[in-house]
Amino acid sequence: MSVADVVDQRGALGRPRVSTRFLRSELRLIFGRRRNIAGLGVLAAVPILIAVAIKVDASSPNPDQGGPTFFTSITQNGLFVALAALSIELGLFLPIAVSAISADSVAGEANTGTLRYLLTVPVRRTRLLGVKYAAIVIFSFAATFVVTVTGIVMGLLLFGGGSLTLLSGSQAAFGEGLLRVVAATAYLSCGIASLGAVGLFVSTLTEQPLGATIALVLLSTASFIADTIPQISWLHPYLITHYWTAFADLFRDPIAWGQMQTGLYVAAVYAVVFWLAAWARFAGKDVTS
Amino acid sequence: MTTSRVGGFETDSASACPEEPTEEASRRASSSSTTGDAVEATVRPEPSHTSGDAIATHGLTKRFRHQLAVDGIDLRVPTGAVYGFLGPNGSGKTTTIRMLLGLIGPTAGTVELLGEPIPEGAARALSRVGSLVEGPAFHPYLSGRANLHRLDAADSSADPATSRARVDAALDRVGLLAAGNKRFRAYSLGMRQRLAIAAALLMPRDLLVLDEPTNGLDPQGTREVRTLVGSLASDGTTVLVSSHLLSEVEQLCSHIGVMHAGHLVAQGTAADLRRGTDVQARVDTERPDAAARVMRELGLSDVQAHANAAIGRLGDVAPERLVAACVNAGVPVVGFTVDAPSLEDVFVSLTGEGFDVSG
Repeated sequence: MSVADVVDQRGALGRPRVSTRFLRSELRLIFGRRRNIAGLGVLAAVPILIAVAIKVDASSPNPDQGGPTFFTSITQNGLFVALAALSIELGLFLPIAVSAISADSVAGEANTGTLRYLLTVPVRRTRLLGVKYAAIVIFSFAATFVVTVTGIVMGLLLFGGGSLTLLSGSQAAFGEGLLRVVAATAYLSCGIASLGAVGLFVSTLTEQPLGATIALVLLSTASFIADTIPQISWLHPYLITHYWTAFADLFRDPIAWGQMQTGLYVAAVYAVVFWLAAWARFAGKDVTS
Repeated sequence: MTTSRVGGFETDSASACPEEPTEEASRRASSSSTTGDAVEATVRPEPSHTSGDAIATHGLTKRFRHQLAVDGIDLRVPTGAVYGFLGPNGSGKTTTIRMLLGLIGPTAGTVELLGEPIPEGAARALSRVGSLVEGPAFHPYLSGRANLHRLDAADSSADPATSRARVDAALDRVGLLAAGNKRFRAYSLGMRQRLAIAAALLMPRDLLVLDEPTNGLDPQGTREVRTLVGSLASDGTTVLVSSHLLSEVEQLCSHIGVMHAGHLVAQGTAADLRRGTDVQARVDTERPDAAARVMRELGLSDVQAHANAAIGRLGDVAPERLVAACVNAGVPVVGFTVDAPSLEDVFVSLTGEGFDVSG
């Protein structure tokens, strides 16, 4: 090889190509890890449990569920298994799942020491945070859809489909109902993903992924608790979890978009602010792990 | 000229895919000419380091809270050198290396790596640098091979088409090809160390920064690493090896820098450093007093007469003159030795005998 070849090659090497290779590697890392697969299994177990329990004891569905009450409708249409499972899991299971993944994103790499090898590859720090957050968002959607898909499958198996009765009493065709369930899941995923941005930020503060996970679960739980205290109702619209349950509005006729629009806006603000905070923290940070 | 090709293709041993380098090179070359990068490449000036230093720091300082870890060092690693970076534990070697690689920012001073300022030009410079920092670190539940693929995937300058071949070549080069599919957590320390070296060899490199590369290796492994570094260096790669094991560095390095308590207490070619301490001559004889007198007359310093030997520092005196003078003076010479100071002597004279870690 001549010197010119070397220089030519440098020219090609020096310019980063747009490629999803790093993101795919990141996703393989997340979805290939046994701990995470087991976690997704737990998420999937809830709709199975709900469907089986209600099938076994169809006479007495629990009417006193907080949040959107989908339980009473399950026996009429299997799609409601997915919605009931989502409304149960959004309180703790889904936040735990996204907390574990997002808290691990930077702190986990720092903890194993792989962060210094990634950075000297080199991976630019901004790119690292971009890819990490993209993977968190994808995981948030995956985790939420695992609940929904399992719920739909179990519900249809045990209770059948057909047209569904909306919360406002009117009927929707099965296809439209399915579409509304998918939209509800996507909406909730956005909320979960915004919590992931907070997790990414917390993850840049520490080298202990477990500590970051706990901090984030505490934060989301505190947000839910604060949301139930009427004396601080002025705070409620700013809470990260406040609008999560608004997906129930998709099952009114006509659909009430207002709350969900605000919910998406809040999620986007949380995501942007905390991603930037993570960047501000991480871009010039000394990596001594 | 193949000076920059280091990525494991030039193994003379049976490589997994000997055809790969030329294919890859031509693919790279052709892709660059079609994407318009060729224009940029042709006008791009030769890397400035070709004439200068691969690494140059000026007044490089790092303070962690109260502690001054590195204090105003001017490191100079000439291109093509094998630079032994010595120092006791805690003397600031790894902190310096982290600053060289842009992992931590200096409190004061500047770093130039392959002609690029660090950290601003880190992304450009680091793609030409292979590094091993403070021991191997990989995902424990992935195989060695999967770990290398992960690092390669993160490298936006790496060609995915050649990824498999480059990973195999790198594994082969460090003798891990057979164990490549084992999980990293099942690796012994030596295997982990080898994997970290393989990671540094995934791409063609102009500079290797190896922090304690033989840590935890068995004697064969140590030898292999030494041979590997030697063969990489003879290809024209600049190498910076940090170590506290002198024997390792002594056989390998053309240049040496010695750190002590955050200061670079000595730096230069290996020969220059040895010259720093005087060569000692020892004449074994039955008449040590007479031998000592001859030594003094010739101008040796620190002359001591022992029971049956005389010892003195040679200074500028040629050893053969001393022997001739002794014989002429009728001193029966039984034995004659000239002790060049070992690097260890130099090292100890610079950093002290103490075993304490510099605080």
